[in-house]
Amino acid sequence: MTGVGLEHYLVVSAALFCLGLLGVVIRRNLIVMYMSLELMLNAATLALVAFSHFQPPTPHGSPLDGQIMVFFIITVAAAEVAVGLALIVALYRKRQTTDVADLTSMKL
Amino acid sequence: MEILFYIFSALTLLCGALVVFNPFSRNPVTSAMFLVLTIICMSGLFVLLKAFFLAAVQILVYAGAVIVLFLFVIMLMNIKEEERQRFRKFGTFLGAAAVAGLAWILVTTVMNSRTGERSVANNTGETKELGELLFTNYVLPFEIVSLLLLVAMVGCILLSRPEQAPEPIETEEETE
Repeated sequence: MTGVGLEHYLVVSAALFCLGLLGVVIRRNLIVMYMSLELMLNAATLALVAFSHFQPPTPHGSPLDGQIMVFFIITVAAAEVAVGLALIVALYRKRQTTDVADLTSMKL
Repeated sequence: MEILFYIFSALTLLCGALVVFNPFSRNPVTSAMFLVLTIICMSGLFVLLKAFFLAAVQILVYAGAVIVLFLFVIMLMNIKEEERQRFRKFGTFLGAAAVAGLAWILVTTVMNSRTGERSVANNTGETKELGELLFTNYVLPFEIVSLLLLVAMVGCILLSRPEQAPEPIETEEETE
């Protein structure tokens, strides 16, 4: 009976990160790309919680440091989503599209 | 416990893939719904890792606030069924190949790294300890994050303001 170790969680986290990256690369809808970005952030979150759980006791630092970091990641992600969606709405007002293939005005 | 890990991680990855590929419809609303399922399965994984506070925060903040924001924006824009565009075969293939390479590197790195003697540590995420740590060692980042939220709020208001708003300010400056 082999226990579920740190590696298992890290592999799940890596797979989730790659799914998110794939979504950012192949999808062309801005909102779906943004959701894929959230997936990538969540993958990093999962890795940090796993590190925090499996950390051996150390003289300096608390085993809960990873969870504190996740707390900050969640806060920053919420702020990021709010600003990013406001940007998308502003862009949609100007251009009436959310397809990144149509947003080429900065192309040389 | 182990069967729960496998169930939750398989569900997380399945729902994550459905967010990205979304074979059921072209509407981003279904992607957002699958993102909710992904978040809930991930908070199940957090419970397995004994991070109870973070599991609750994950559901509250992501499923409760972030996804609602996504749905609001989708419905605000009133996007019709996005027509299936021409499938850029070359770009998709190249992107998938690059991501597969990254996945291979990550997994082999995790497998080859010696993570010690399978330390079955039972570090629990007690809410009390977490709060104490947040207000002692991490009080400066905590305050900075609160400032960041304020800045984000101001930025959202500024970005979503109607465009003819700045004009009266200019006329006031001219009269001065």
